[in-house]
Amino acid sequence: TAFGPLAASPLSTTETPTSRRAVTTYNNFYELGTDKSDPAENIHRLKPSPWTLRIEGLVNKPRSLGIDELLKLVPPEERIYRMRCVEGWSMVIPWVGIPLGSLLKLVEPQGSAKYVEFVSHYDRATMTRGVLDWPYTEGLRLDEARHPLTILAVGLYGEVLPVQNGAPVRLVVPWKYGFKGAKSLVAIRFVERQPVTAWMKAGPSEYGFYANVNPDVDHPRWSQATERRIGEFTKRKTLMLNGYSDQVGSLYAGMDLRRFY
Amino acid sequence: MTPSNPQLTAIKAALFLACLLPAGLLWQGFEADSLGANPIEAITRSLGEWTLRFLLITLAVTPLRKYTGWHWIVRLRRTLGLFAFAYGVAHLMSYVWLDQFFDWPAIAKDILKRPFITVGFAALVLMIPLAATSSNFAIRRLGGRKWQSLHRAIYPIAMLGCLHFWWLVKKDITEPLVYSVILAALLGVRMWWREQERRRQLAGAYLPQTPKFKGKVIKIFSE
Repeated sequence: TAFGPLAASPLSTTETPTSRRAVTTYNNFYELGTDKSDPAENIHRLKPSPWTLRIEGLVNKPRSLGIDELLKLVPPEERIYRMRCVEGWSMVIPWVGIPLGSLLKLVEPQGSAKYVEFVSHYDRATMTRGVLDWPYTEGLRLDEARHPLTILAVGLYGEVLPVQNGAPVRLVVPWKYGFKGAKSLVAIRFVERQPVTAWMKAGPSEYGFYANVNPDVDHPRWSQATERRIGEFTKRKTLMLNGYSDQVGSLYAGMDLRRFY
Repeated sequence: MTPSNPQLTAIKAALFLACLLPAGLLWQGFEADSLGANPIEAITRSLGEWTLRFLLITLAVTPLRKYTGWHWIVRLRRTLGLFAFAYGVAHLMSYVWLDQFFDWPAIAKDILKRPFITVGFAALVLMIPLAATSSNFAIRRLGGRKWQSLHRAIYPIAMLGCLHFWWLVKKDITEPLVYSVILAALLGVRMWWREQERRRQLAGAYLPQTPKFKGKVIKIFSE
């Protein structure tokens, strides 16, 4: 079930991808367990097929669609992105995904839609209880969601997305901390007001709405100045907006990123 | 049951090897590349958890002695306490060397600014005088009572250790909670003993003993 030859993208990094083994065994996916190794061991708790993704809220053409339909609407491409986790580690991941902006165009957001809320799958019977206020939710400003770098990932390393990485479809926003990339999406909802995300609810003093990678704004409990690229020994300096400043810096022109962290 | 001296020597040697086992397994895991995608994090974390475990095991010696009557096990306590210190030092070393790679400004900033690192560092610093006074010579020199009050510092040390773990985790506090509950039980049982002792004294348990007077005893009535 590979995707076949995929179009390369000028938005991909030329850095060496992190090993497939590391990408698929070192995961934060709390619904499947809170240790990094848990999600890969608990893949049976989430059935990625059949799947329905709802696109709803303030749009002219709301719809529910399966993964195959989604891929027919917008052809997938390869995007090799840096991923920086708020915990201070990073990877380079060759995603297979569709630009979220292309999908947004098709559903026609209404003028009052200012934000997009992402809702993850949650099944109380099989998944972690407690820890966070489930289901996991995330959010983006509409212009962030439309940005060409923002994708809905459906695969990695040319293969169908493994469960532990958020099968069958997840958000990837490479200039933000990894937790913004909500996994196993069941709904994409267009709203007027800034949504409160799962992590904002869990720790309002530690997690803001934007969660942009920023070496100058420390997490209250750990520094964000450096990161360990998985597979490397010494740490490297963390880059502003995870090295995507040239592409996305203008989204935050005039904003105090210390305040809007 | 009380082991003979040669038996106790054998038990001590076995304990010493058992205490080295977690470090040996970590080393083996590192060599075999079986510590997961982030081996440095795995090593630092494992050494920290073993520090906490050895602190709790050390604190369990006295209750175990009281409830089983195995008074000899107190002679294993020094080894356990010193291993808690050794794993603590190794934990700090893995942070300074493997994690931060001797980036002293970053380390100094971490110790001052990150509450969880501040309390962890404080706990390790507090362990130094205890490790330094663990020899028979130091016990004799300080005197049993002074030595004992100094070594009660293990109570705040263990509490700081639990707090260090608690503040470190992002959200799922199950593991630090388990350590904290065990610590609370180990400290709680000591508080309970104290309370029992206080009640015993209040109830006059010691009063029937003949008071000892200095000087002359004057008879105030005659038979």
